[in-house]
Order: sequence, then structure tokens, then C-alpha cells
Amino acid sequence: MKKNVEISREHLLYLRGTRNKSIIVNVIRCAVLVLFLTIWELSAQLLWVNPFITSSPSRIAKTIADLYKNGSLFLHVGTTLWETLAGFAIAVVLGYSIALLLWWSDALRRISEPYFVVLNALPKIALGPLIIIWCGTGSEAIVFMTVLIGLIVAILNMLNGFMATEKSKLLLMQSMGANKLQVLTKLVIPSSLPNFISMLKINVGMAWIGSIMGEYIVSKAGIGYLIVYGGQVFKLDLVMSAVFILCVLAAGMYALVALAERLLIKNK
Amino acid sequence: MKEVLRFDNVSMHYHSKQGETVALEKVSFSVHEGEFVAIIGPSGCGKTTLLSLAAGLLAPTKGKVSALNVSLGYMLQKDELFPWRTIEKNIFLPLEIKRANTPQNRAHAVALAEKYGLKQFLKNYPSQLSGGMRQRAALIRTLAMNPDVLLLDEPFSALDYQTRLSVCDDVYKIIRNEKKTALLITHDISEAISVADKIFVLSKRPAKIIAEHLLEFPENEPLKRRENKEFSRWFEILWKELNQ
Ligand SMILES: Nc1ncnc2c1ncn2[C@@H]1O[C@H](COP(=O)(O)OP(=O)(O)OP(=O)(O)O)[C@@H](O)[C@H]1O
Ligand SMILES: [Mg+2]
Repeated sequence: MKKNVEISREHLLYLRGTRNKSIIVNVIRCAVLVLFLTIWELSAQLLWVNPFITSSPSRIAKTIADLYKNGSLFLHVGTTLWETLAGFAIAVVLGYSIALLLWWSDALRRISEPYFVVLNALPKIALGPLIIIWCGTGSEAIVFMTVLIGLIVAILNMLNGFMATEKSKLLLMQSMGANKLQVLTKLVIPSSLPNFISMLKINVGMAWIGSIMGEYIVSKAGIGYLIVYGGQVFKLDLVMSAVFILCVLAAGMYALVALAERLLIKNK
Repeated sequence: MKEVLRFDNVSMHYHSKQGETVALEKVSFSVHEGEFVAIIGPSGCGKTTLLSLAAGLLAPTKGKVSALNVSLGYMLQKDELFPWRTIEKNIFLPLEIKRANTPQNRAHAVALAEKYGLKQFLKNYPSQLSGGMRQRAALIRTLAMNPDVLLLDEPFSALDYQTRLSVCDDVYKIIRNEKKTALLITHDISEAISVADKIFVLSKRPAKIIAEHLLEFPENEPLKRRENKEFSRWFEILWKELNQ
């Protein structure tokens, strides 16, 4: 709005100061990581610790390279990624729709409330055996697990957002003669956008928990499978490598959601 | 003068688990075309209830509220502009809701906004405007549907004192200029005196009308009225009535 024709010297100094500060923070962040990896590597090389148990950065790199060479890296990454994304998408879409329905119908919301509270408190992993019987031992079972874990959280988060619409804004819409659909599309959905974003962020985490936990229970491939298998045959290099890959994937997915946030919320 | 809004022996009872609240008791009055009517009453006496009844957002327990072939526009205490819409899009909101979002109606709304000093802000978001400007935008939004009668519920109470005086002056002039009828509800005695042709005084809850006054000033702009010596005389009269 305001066009600053000239920027004062003080303001320039201020801008440079904040830029310098963020550079310093980034440099230190990297240094911490490098230091950590160096100490880890050194203590394994010099046998301060038993590398068989702690693994080491170089062993992890070698393990991942081996997985890549024998062609199974992308199989495992692809399997888990697919399960996670499918579970995430289904939980978000279904959760949003059910929350809309509950917002729309007071009766439905009040009747179903105790059920949601119980389902939310229930540890979903307890349903593991049932899921295997219902969905078999393929990827479907793991997607189902992922959806189960994310769905209730998604519903409750979105419903909270819908119900938190300001009373006075509802009154304004009413005074203009808006019907329920107009209230929904013009007020409730846009005003709950921040809740939608935070729901996405929470559900990214939930989806990874769901898919890895699902793979612990039943799987033939995937990162969770690598972790369980590595643990069983005492190949801790494999376990550490799988955890490392998981970190990279989760960070990537979070970055995507953060990007979506910036695109969705244009004006602050 | 034509009657545009009438309350006949209107009573309003609220029911809740805690019990029954009688908000209004046998309230009768009417508003005529072109009038600027103010209703003052102590806080919590039932003013908002009265306005909601007038707007048809509530149905009275007893009695009858009639809007006589007029359309109403409601302006709330806060501006309630939607932060995710630009000022222009906010002003179009009632058009969208009434399914009257035609090029002519939009042009009319934009013309109003431009006439009253919002031209440069049309593409801005509400957060980029001052409180006074936002309230003005809220008034233009109310006027966009071209209502005959404006219902104003303490529209300035969220503003600081300085802004309140100038925005009140502003809104008054716009309403007069557009030849609208207005019903203003407030607990601020001086605000009522500075704008109204006619003042009704409400008692404590349950609210009844306890007095009616016709005001005449040589000059009608709110800021001029505040300087007139009649102003303090009216203030004393109304203050006594409110606190008896
Ligand atoms: N929906 C409701 N249910 C029950 N009681 C209500 C309801 N709305 C208002 N009341 C009660 O009715 C009385 C009048 O309320 P109202 O909001 O009309 O007063 P007011 O004069 O506008 O108050 P204020 O000065 O705070 O704006 C209050 O005692 C209030 O508690
Ligand atoms: Mg009120």
C-alpha cells in the first residue's frame, strides 16, 4: 500500500541486522548437525562405542547405497510413501466432509459426540488383528490403519474450527438474510481456513505414525518393514538407515504442507 | 409522514435453564420516514433485543412488530468485515447473499464507496484500514442493498473517543445525504443527542419506554450540536431520566 520512495539508513541497518541474524542461525544449525555426525562417526571408528549397536554415518550411507544397488530402495520408499499419502488424503477428505455434516446437523452432532470421544481415546493399534482379518495383509490394511489414526483427529479439529465461527459474524449473515448454505460457503469455510492448515499439519504426523505402525503389524515391504526386519536379524545399520530415510521423507512432506499454507493464506 | 416501522405492545421473554428473563415489556413506538430516531437505555436493558426484533431476527413473545413495506439494513457494534475479503468484496457480500450481484448493483456499491472516501481502499484488506475507515466500509456494505431503514446497534462503541466523534459525524452525514431513515440504539446519551430528531428513553430491565423527546437544533451536524448550549440541557434531562 505504502510506497517507500527512500529507505532510511536506520532501516537499511535494521534489515541487514535481521538478515545477518538469520544467516548466523542457519550456519549454527548446520554446524550442530556436522558436529553431531562427526562425533558419531569418530566414536564408531575409534571404537569408543560398539558400531554394531550404534551404527555410524558411513555405515548408514553404505547400507542405503546397497539398498539402491539391489533395487529395493525405491520399492520400500515407494510402498511407504504411497500408503502414507493415500491414508493422509483419505483421512483429510473424509474427515473434512464428516465435520461439515456434523456442523450442518445439530442433532447428528449431539448424538454422535460421545462416540467420537471414545473413538478418539481408543488406541487404534488395538484394532490391528481386526484390520488384518478385514483387509488382508496387503497395503490396503496399512492404508486402513493410517486412515483410522488420522480420521477422528481430522474430524474433531475441523468441527472445532467450524463451531468457533464468531457469533457476531453469524448474526451479520443472518441479518442479510443468508441461508445455511451461504453461511457455510461464505463465512464458515473461509474463516476456518487456519484450522484446516493446522489439521493438515497434524495429519501429516498422524499419517506417518499410521503407516509405520501398520507396517509393524503386517507388511512385506516398506520402511516400517525394514525397521522391524532389521531389528529381528540384528542389523542395526538397516534400522538406522530406515529411520534416516523416514526423517527425510517426513521433512519433505511437512515442507509441502508449509508451501500449501503459504499459497492458501495470501494475506497473512 | 409515512410510518415505516411500528412496535405494538411488544414483550420479549427469554427462556433458559436458569429461568425466564423478561427483556422487553409492552414497548410501543413507531418510526417515520426520514426520521433519525435514537433509543437510549442503561446497559443490559434489552436494546439489542429490541433491534433484533425490529430486524426480524427474533419473534416477539407478545405484541407485534411491523416493517411497513420497507427493506432494512442492520449495522452492528463492530464492523464485522471479513478479513479474507478485500473491502470491495466485503461491500458486495449482501449483493451475493440476496442474489443481486449484478453489474448495476456492483457499480452502485462502488460508486457509494468512492463518494464516501473509500476509493483508494477498495482493493485493500480490512486489516490495512483504520477503525474509522472500517466502520465506514461497514456502513457502505449496509447501504449496498439500498435499504430504506438503517438499524444501528451502538455502531461506534468499539472506537476510541476521538475516532468515535468523527465517525459519528461522518456516518450521520452519509445517512442524511442518502435520505435514509435510521433507528440508532445506544447507551451513550451525548451520542443520541448529537444525531437524533427524536429520542426514546428505556427503563432498566424489563425495558419499557419511559420518555419521548423531540429535539430541535439550529444546526444538525453532530459536532455543531455538541457545541450548542442546548446540548448540555438535554444531557441533564436525559441523564436524570436514565438514572431514576
Ligand atoms: N438469547 C438469550 N437468551 C437468554 N437471555 C438473553 C438472550 N439474549 C439476551 N438475553 C438477556 O436479555 C437481557 C437484555 O439483553 P440485550 O442484549 O438486549 O441488552 P442490551 O441493552 O443490548 O445490553 P448491552 O448494553 O450489554 O448491549 C439481558 O439481561 C440478557 O442477559
Ligand atoms: Mg447490546
